[in-house]
Amino acid sequence: MGQAVAIIGTGQTECGKRTDVSYPELIYEAVGRAFEDSGLSPEDIEAVVSGSMPPAMEGVANPHLYWVDAMGAAGKPLIRTATCGSTGMSLAHTGFYHVASGLFDLVLVVGAEKMYEGDPQGTMATVAEPFFQRPFLAGAPGIFSLQSNEWAHRYGLEEERVRMAAAQLSVRNHTDAFLNPYAHIKVKITVEDVVKSRVIAYPVRILDVCPGSDGACAMIMASERMVKKLGVKPAWIRGVGYSGEEAFFGEGDKVVWQSAILAAKRAYKQAGITNPRNELDVAEVYNPFTFQEMLFYECFGFCDFGHGCELVENGVVMKGGDLPCDPSGGTLCTNPIGATGLQRTAEAALQVTNKAGDHQIPGANTGLAHAMGGLDQFNGVMIISNSL
Amino acid sequence: MIMGAVMSEESRILEGYVSLPYKWSMGATTTRFFEEFKNKRIMGTKCKKCNRVLLPARKFCSHCFEETDQWVEVSQEGKLRTWVTVNFSYEGQPKEPPYVLGIIDLDGADVGLPHFVGGIPTDDFDEIAKKVRIGGRVKAVWNENRTGNILDIDYFKPVD
Ligand SMILES: [Zn+2]
Repeated sequence: MGQAVAIIGTGQTECGKRTDVSYPELIYEAVGRAFEDSGLSPEDIEAVVSGSMPPAMEGVANPHLYWVDAMGAAGKPLIRTATCGSTGMSLAHTGFYHVASGLFDLVLVVGAEKMYEGDPQGTMATVAEPFFQRPFLAGAPGIFSLQSNEWAHRYGLEEERVRMAAAQLSVRNHTDAFLNPYAHIKVKITVEDVVKSRVIAYPVRILDVCPGSDGACAMIMASERMVKKLGVKPAWIRGVGYSGEEAFFGEGDKVVWQSAILAAKRAYKQAGITNPRNELDVAEVYNPFTFQEMLFYECFGFCDFGHGCELVENGVVMKGGDLPCDPSGGTLCTNPIGATGLQRTAEAALQVTNKAGDHQIPGANTGLAHAMGGLDQFNGVMIISNSL
Repeated sequence: MIMGAVMSEESRILEGYVSLPYKWSMGATTTRFFEEFKNKRIMGTKCKKCNRVLLPARKFCSHCFEETDQWVEVSQEGKLRTWVTVNFSYEGQPKEPPYVLGIIDLDGADVGLPHFVGGIPTDDFDEIAKKVRIGGRVKAVWNENRTGNILDIDYFKPVD
């Protein structure tokens, strides 16, 4: 690897239905907060990385051009990275590559979405090619429910058991979201509410599914020499891993899910992690669907394959457990898609630098951030720590 | 300090629509694949290197990067790998929810095909779950009028 890379500032907007601001104004909020957090200003930044969902989401093509002023990016190298759901993690990786390469010492990374401005499921329908898959793989809930059903069947998990574990995760996320000032959905719910809520894509119910949010997230990454020069105590990026899969959904195994397994393996190897369950203190697992989070536990080596439910049932992934997951309330409660993966990264950085406020996991030193995207096709992982 | 979520000032909404026509080239392989549909044949192409039968028929192998020009007919029947009942609406949806989607592993193919599962009642989730099961056998049901596209297959029907 080239030079070491740190996260020295993050900025998030309040998420929800943000009709009070235009798209660039929303981004201006997040970017301004990242500068405030880092003590830097736009003229310090050498390059800008930005991204969002396919532009059909907001109806403006090449939105990074529209965002330029809000990112202070005029006159600077500017790139757009977009991989659907995993966009935010791809953005974090792209920022990392910029600094690790030695070309830049200070890079601004920005992800945003304004999902109330368009038709999110209709936009996602355009992600599938038009000949074979578009009529069937349209809309996220359908795809993820196909995967969840296959997972439960593969390991002979009783439907009732999986549903209860999923409902516990939903309650955990909805409870934790109250402690995150930027979270979107803040409602008190019980396990019973979840299992009785409306079916979206059987057996997945509305309270198993993330919302579509308006929101933005910004992050400033710095090289090791810049960290020394500024004298800050940052969150260090210790490992990155990313993997993609074939274009046809029916080609890959979505249960023993290679892109998720490989992304985690690569990140662990760089970070020197051999036992993630013991060595990680917190994980921001991308969980747009409760069921899918348990599948990720297995692919990330938090437990053996087929045993994801147990981590919920035994409280391992709850606050106070061995490996608390998504103390921010997670994607399940806040999902401005282009920003979502970057929020996972920002939240992991906040945790390991003891800046997570009311949702701080005490003593967290090392965290995992993750996002998934494409047509259930891409996974990206980042390991973040308060020491290099 | 930059303030967020302050809704004190009015912010109006501009409404609009983006609707664009496209002309998508299929290429010769996909064209033949859909021509075969008119005769109720489902064709894959076999990779000489990894021996997988790819479905839909492709010009090249997704794993080996080799050209795949050996055409093989696959079965009209197969196993249901997984399924879901869609019960939400979106712009451009192919039919009114609720409906059932599945990934079908046709006999003789090494790639699962996403398609509708039909010929079953779709108004009761528990009834659907009784009729449709992972690992169950399904068979292609063709439309009478076939024009050479993926919807020439109306749906896959559970047969056991
Ligand atoms: Zn091959």
